Amino acid sequence: MGDKLLNAFVTGGVLCVIAQILVDKTKLTSARIMVMYVTLGVLLGGIGIYQKLVDFGGAGATVPLMGFGYNLAKGVMKEVDQNGLLGAFTGGIKSAAGGITAAIFFGYIASLIAKSKGRR
Amino acid sequence: MNTRMGKQTVLFGKMPYMAAAAAIVGPYEGDGPLGNSFDKIIPNDDNGEKSWEKAETKLMKDTYQLLLQKGSTTENDIDYVIAGDLLNQNIASSYAFRGCEMSYLGIYGACSTFGESIGIASMIMAGDFAKQIICIASSHFCSAERQYRYPLEFAAQRTPTAQWTVTGCGGVLLQKEGTGPMVESFTAGRIIDQGLKDANNMGAAMAPAAADTIATHLMDTGRKPNDYDMIVTGDLGAVGTDICRDLLSQYGFDVYGIHNDCGLLMYDRNKQDAHAGGSGCGCSASVFSAYLYPKLQSRELTRILFVPTGALLSPTIIQQGESIACIAHAVGIAG
Amino acid sequence: MQKLYNSKEYQKYVDKKSPNSKLGLNMLKAFLTGGTICVIGQLLTNYFNSRDLDQIDAATLTSMCLILFSVILTALDLYFYIGKFGGAGASIPITGFANSIVSPAMEFKTEGYVMGVGAKMFLIAGPVLVYGISSSVLLGLIYYIVK
Repeated sequence: MGDKLLNAFVTGGVLCVIAQILVDKTKLTSARIMVMYVTLGVLLGGIGIYQKLVDFGGAGATVPLMGFGYNLAKGVMKEVDQNGLLGAFTGGIKSAAGGITAAIFFGYIASLIAKSKGRR
Repeated sequence: MNTRMGKQTVLFGKMPYMAAAAAIVGPYEGDGPLGNSFDKIIPNDDNGEKSWEKAETKLMKDTYQLLLQKGSTTENDIDYVIAGDLLNQNIASSYAFRGCEMSYLGIYGACSTFGESIGIASMIMAGDFAKQIICIASSHFCSAERQYRYPLEFAAQRTPTAQWTVTGCGGVLLQKEGTGPMVESFTAGRIIDQGLKDANNMGAAMAPAAADTIATHLMDTGRKPNDYDMIVTGDLGAVGTDICRDLLSQYGFDVYGIHNDCGLLMYDRNKQDAHAGGSGCGCSASVFSAYLYPKLQSRELTRILFVPTGALLSPTIIQQGESIACIAHAVGIAG
Repeated sequence: MQKLYNSKEYQKYVDKKSPNSKLGLNMLKAFLTGGTICVIGQLLTNYFNSRDLDQIDAATLTSMCLILFSVILTALDLYFYIGKFGGAGASIPITGFANSIVSPAMEFKTEGYVMGVGAKMFLIAGPVLVYGISSSVLLGLIYYIVK
């Protein structure tokens, strides 16, 4: 149990550190790095490498955006197995539906209640 | 007699007087080292309005009203107002003067706007076309962030070279007859682009433009840097200031000890998290109006070269891969 | 005046003059922030697993909870400060994705609920979805052929 938490901490931490190095050492904006991470997650998920990281790091691998990509990849392959070609179009979003919908819905509600503050 | 000297400089025969100056800034600027110099500090960035654009518009409107009051004049006696800001289509300025009686000229020179405004106003006055002109410029951290960068609540780190857009507005009242500091000369800058593309390092992009205008001014007039008590640039910040001084010494002008920068004067960089320093039209405008103007008036400073600097970029053109075009205008002012 | 440097030389000169980010410190802060968010995720997953939910539902619920936390913190003007401290440690986890959706929604509320909130919500997250979904479709097609 404690090991699992430590693994999650280290895995998540390392994935974030790599992104931080990219931010500081290249002129890539954080928006670009987010895109890179998701796409890379799909790729690594597709070739099966990311599964190993998930087995080791648990939430440390699934919570960062690469995990979002891995989730899309896993969903798409599962759906292709079950439904053939159609699965390539339905599998990805299906597996990520909870997260995307939560972000949109909660985000919308928040925008009704809150507004941006000035900076001090 | 009005004369044109050298490549870009005009000298005014009958010099316009700066009869009054006013500046209102935001809370963060109020916490800075110049906090006590400003006429008013708004308690909240929203300035009691529903949007950041409206907050900036009100900021300019209030500064304008204050300026009329300090100059003991009325709207009907103003011939022109020459105003600008950073927002798309210059809307803070245009909407601040909506419903006003005098002629309005909206100009855009990015953060150099205040210098451009004083220069144009002085030439209009030198041409005997006006008795009283108001020059005013503003910027607002929040309205600039959402236009140029990210939403305010977006969790992004700033780089150490990034600058902090000043929430503030500054204005001066120019009079043909009167008392106060006088505008002696104006060197309108040319556009300089050294090929930098990093919008988070604006100071470095603008420094060559500032150095070019200052060097041109000194060549045109045959003056030396120490003919001025202070050469003060608009918003080069820490990085740009360092580069500008270095470039000028390479041109053969030693400005160390004479040069200062409004972006550096605005914040206490040890205590405030303003990174490389302040920027924005409101930076040079409010620092001039609140800090330099009183010193000129009391003749603590007898002659300065005021050089607002501007990066003429837009997010669109940067996304299209263009580099940052920059400009600086120099205004010679005698106390 | 003559230009003193050409573009390449000037870029080099500027790089020398400009202070660098404090990389070591930023890396440490990113590690701590990102790691902590993932540990919270792991705790949530453990909890959902203990409630006899299957692996997939537990993962989905974990994401949704983290997103909700992030939305609340963003609305309270707090997530910004986590980002300022943690850098990529705050933007790379799913909480950063949620922040990138809520922050423009709150910011552009002044332009109305349709063209402001509705349209601008995806200002930053849009590309993430576009590239994530498109690459997953590509992967699906390749997988279908190769399989």
